[in-house]
Amino acid sequence: MNWESARQFWEMGGYGFFVWGSYGVTALLVAAELLLLARRTKQARALATQDAALARIDAERRSGS
Amino acid sequence: MSEPQSSAARLPGAPGFNLFHYASPQTFYPLAGRLLWPCWLLAAALCAIGLYIGFFVAPTDATQGDSYRIIFIHVPAAWMSMVVYLAMAFWCIVGLIFNTRLSFMMSSALAPTGALWAFVALWTGALWGKPTWGTYWVWDARLTSELILFFLYCGYMALQAAIDDPRRADRAGALIAIVGAVNVPIIYFSVKWWNTLHQGASVSLTAAPTMATTMLWGMLVMALAAWAYTVGAALLRVRAIMIERERHTDWVRQLAQGGGSRT
Amino acid sequence: MLSVFATVLRRDLLLAWRRRADVLTALGFFLLVTSLFPLGVGPEPEQLAQIAAGVMWVAALLATLLSVTRLFESDEADGTLEQMLLSVEPLAVIVLAKVCAYWLLTGLPLVLIAPLIALQFSLSPQETGIVCATLLIGTPTLSLLGAVGAALTLGLRGGGALIALLVLPLYVPVLIFGAGAVDRWRAGLDVDGNFALLGACLLVSLAVAPLASAAALRIAQD
Repeated sequence: MNWESARQFWEMGGYGFFVWGSYGVTALLVAAELLLLARRTKQARALATQDAALARIDAERRSGS
Repeated sequence: MSEPQSSAARLPGAPGFNLFHYASPQTFYPLAGRLLWPCWLLAAALCAIGLYIGFFVAPTDATQGDSYRIIFIHVPAAWMSMVVYLAMAFWCIVGLIFNTRLSFMMSSALAPTGALWAFVALWTGALWGKPTWGTYWVWDARLTSELILFFLYCGYMALQAAIDDPRRADRAGALIAIVGAVNVPIIYFSVKWWNTLHQGASVSLTAAPTMATTMLWGMLVMALAAWAYTVGAALLRVRAIMIERERHTDWVRQLAQGGGSRT
Repeated sequence: MLSVFATVLRRDLLLAWRRRADVLTALGFFLLVTSLFPLGVGPEPEQLAQIAAGVMWVAALLATLLSVTRLFESDEADGTLEQMLLSVEPLAVIVLAKVCAYWLLTGLPLVLIAPLIALQFSLSPQETGIVCATLLIGTPTLSLLGAVGAALTLGLRGGGALIALLVLPLYVPVLIFGAGAVDRWRAGLDVDGNFALLGACLLVSLAVAPLASAAALRIAQD
């Protein structure tokens, strides 16, 4: 084990800013990408559902008249 | 188009796996959905193992102290940024040869994640450079090439974003991706060559020639985690792209009617 | 094939001759940018001589970028491009002829005016010779690669910034080999390698760029 306390772990031998700056920003970017992706998927699905509903209404109207 | 589908339909669940069966969006969509969670779980597990090795097993470096632990994110990110660009170019070539629209979608699904890795490699490289070299940026051959690679990703995405017609966007993007892929080694060589002339910046990134095996393992596991994550992100994005682009086709309509949350 | 090449070349040169102002814009840009640099970094001859090659090369790069966007624009506007695409003659040859004409009109004048700028940057005669020679070999490569970008971004909104993003990364090797020659000369090293590499870049782009541009034009006009 390299670390004797949580504080020591956090300080990273004096390089805490650099190490945690690297890992933190990476984690942040990955999280942001996942969030954006989830939103994009949801929007695409919503649009498709809307589109399908419109198409169905259109088809019903056409067969009705 | 109908031929490979019917031949695959004849052997449902057969061990012989027909690759072309999955070359159309409507068959690939559910497959991608099934692969998503395994990818995420694999990425999370590997990431946890990799970080454990990186922070708790690997010893403190004699010369660089604990700042070297950035390597576990920096090197995998740099690897992935290059692998993803090659994968993009590969799908572009496949798309141009076989004229499969799914290949182009795959390529544009990979680009943002590739750009993300290129950025992470640059960012962590800068943060590693400060304690090691005393400066955030040196015009080292690898860092400079990575920067150019990042620009190549940006160019590809900007070009695709500027073209409204998806067919043109696919092909134009494919062309620039392939031209870029041809150029990457030339750029790397030229920057390296330039670097030898300007001795001031000839600090090498191979700072640990006798790297401990635990360090190597940590890097490897983290690279695999990044790999799994990239595949997962690309699959998720390609699913969104498929729905966006094929919104007016029957299979998306059926999918949309059959409950929005089902995969 | 040669006759197509000659016809397109003559046509483009003639068209440019009738609209002389267009040709001069790139040259004017080059002159202006290089003249602004001493104002920005100070007039010390030593310092200027040190950055001269780099400044001239970057200015040449930007001048190319600025003018190359128009390479196919007028042809597209008046329908000539469509005829070229329909033509039985290989499109790559037509593109090559157009790029040749373009280089004669914008690249070559840069090379010819370069000694004057070298004078402003107090370069020695040998250094001036090297800069001009690298520009002579390098600018055709810039034109060829620029043509690919121009074809890809034809008719797109924000074409100017987009083409910069697409093409500038591809210019990096040419810039390094070109601008590096004078540095090597000043460091007392021999510069044959630079010229060989610049020549290799030119040959590769000569082989690939017309085909890629032709493909891009077909994609754009699909």
